[in-house]
Amino acid sequence: MSDTSSPKIVIIGAGPAGIRAAATLVEAGLHPVVIDEGHRAGGQIYRRPPAGFVRTPEHLYGSEAAKARALHALFDRLAEEGRLTHCARSSVIAAHEGRLHVLGEGGVQVIGYDRLILATGASDRVAPVPGWQNAGVYSLGAAQIALKAQGVALGRRIVLIGSGPLLTLVGAQLLRAGADVVAVLDTSPWRRQMRGFRELAARPIVALRGLALRARLGDRYQAGVTLERIEADASGVTAMRWRDASGGQHLTPCDMVGMGWHLRAETHLADLAGCAFIYDEQWQQWLPKTDDMGRAGNGVYLVGDGVRLLGADGAEIAGRLAATACLSDLGRPAPSVDADLRKLARLQRFARGLARAFPWPSEMVRALPDDAIVCRCENVSAGAVREGADLGGGDANRVKSLSRAGMGRCQGRYCQLAAVELVAAQAGCAPNTVGRFRGQAPVRPAPIGAFLGEG
Amino acid sequence: MITAGRIVRLAEFDRAKVRFFLDREMRGALAGDTVLTAMLASGHALRNSEFGPEPRAGFCLMGACQDCWVWQEEGPRLRACSTPVAEGMRLRTTPPESWP
Repeated sequence: MSDTSSPKIVIIGAGPAGIRAAATLVEAGLHPVVIDEGHRAGGQIYRRPPAGFVRTPEHLYGSEAAKARALHALFDRLAEEGRLTHCARSSVIAAHEGRLHVLGEGGVQVIGYDRLILATGASDRVAPVPGWQNAGVYSLGAAQIALKAQGVALGRRIVLIGSGPLLTLVGAQLLRAGADVVAVLDTSPWRRQMRGFRELAARPIVALRGLALRARLGDRYQAGVTLERIEADASGVTAMRWRDASGGQHLTPCDMVGMGWHLRAETHLADLAGCAFIYDEQWQQWLPKTDDMGRAGNGVYLVGDGVRLLGADGAEIAGRLAATACLSDLGRPAPSVDADLRKLARLQRFARGLARAFPWPSEMVRALPDDAIVCRCENVSAGAVREGADLGGGDANRVKSLSRAGMGRCQGRYCQLAAVELVAAQAGCAPNTVGRFRGQAPVRPAPIGAFLGEG
Repeated sequence: MITAGRIVRLAEFDRAKVRFFLDREMRGALAGDTVLTAMLASGHALRNSEFGPEPRAGFCLMGACQDCWVWQEEGPRLRACSTPVAEGMRLRTTPPESWP
């Protein structure tokens, strides 16, 4: 049982990392508060459909079903037994000096914390392709969520584009569910993918499983493509225009395009909580700085894909490690972490292989025509970002102010990496010297009424 | 199952029916559908872009991109990807006339 004098520990996010962190704290006799946007705990990769849906975890999560089942059951049990407090359907929109502003159905409430564990996960790392603002273009993650949580395909004729493990996985899952996937277009050429081979062998079963899924795609899968344009009419996407590895032109009719180049860590709250960031050359993005255990300083801990893009298995380990660090920082007995640290090292090696094999398409972004949209929120074009860089120089935040790229509702989540790439190209410097868009509260849109107690 | 909209239902057919209104016309959905699923099962878009000519139909489905905010006839907008459709909901693809 937890005692009332115990420190208040808040975990944001109830995916694999948040659930493992919570369970580790509960085992040590603490009572964490878990705040999550989902209706049910599980996160994105182990996302659960609404109550009343009938497909089994084996059907939904394939080879990972046992892990998903275990996490869901563990969290539900801890919540039922009252050993943690679960704030579902709640968004943390600001974090400052030990206080969180939490937007729920009843408006905004303030929750204080002594220790904060951020398990905010990741979203798709997307790169603009001309025409991507049109209806019918979705992230790869969206296609997977639609299938898992709603049992639907987001189109009748589907083309998937991008690079990374999710590209193959989503293609195979959609096909298996009966969707019409007509092409899976990978911007990473075969020779580039082979460069990750040695490190990918750190998890041979996972690597082989990936190849088996790839084989299911048959000749729908094309490596080393050049993406030219998503064609659309007034009602949305009509075709994907692309060139194959030998330069052949293709126009593939479709009504849905799913896109993604691996993942981008969700770091807005880490930013507001005062974490330091470093530019990670491997992942070609800014990531919060922590020690091996996930300590970011000032009582803040970061776990899962929100800090290191290691996927669900890595997230479970990181959740345990950060909770353990938290316990030992509080002067409480903490379990041994040696085995977890060794496992994490192996996952990190594998992740390096993924990053090498399926890179961010910087050349494609730099070659965007001026009229291509970079910011989907406010339709800011590549030309406007380049003009911003001409006026403001190689500084991401100055270009953000001048062009409005990154100032829309998504707060730069989906345009910032491309915008930074364009700024760097225009100013003739490296993306890591351009800086990153500063996070601003509220990190989700919040109605004024929510702050006035009007709901 | 053949539907007239953007999305195709592939599983979970055996659910209770829900009725809602879209631009004053009655539409059908299934209990457990999000507003996004419900609207796109019979239509092609959720809203028009404020900054361009093209309609929008959502993008991330995980509450991060904010592309799927939809107007209700009365009261506040809602995020279609993370709000379950409810019996009698009155939604619209354009802002109410009273919106400045």
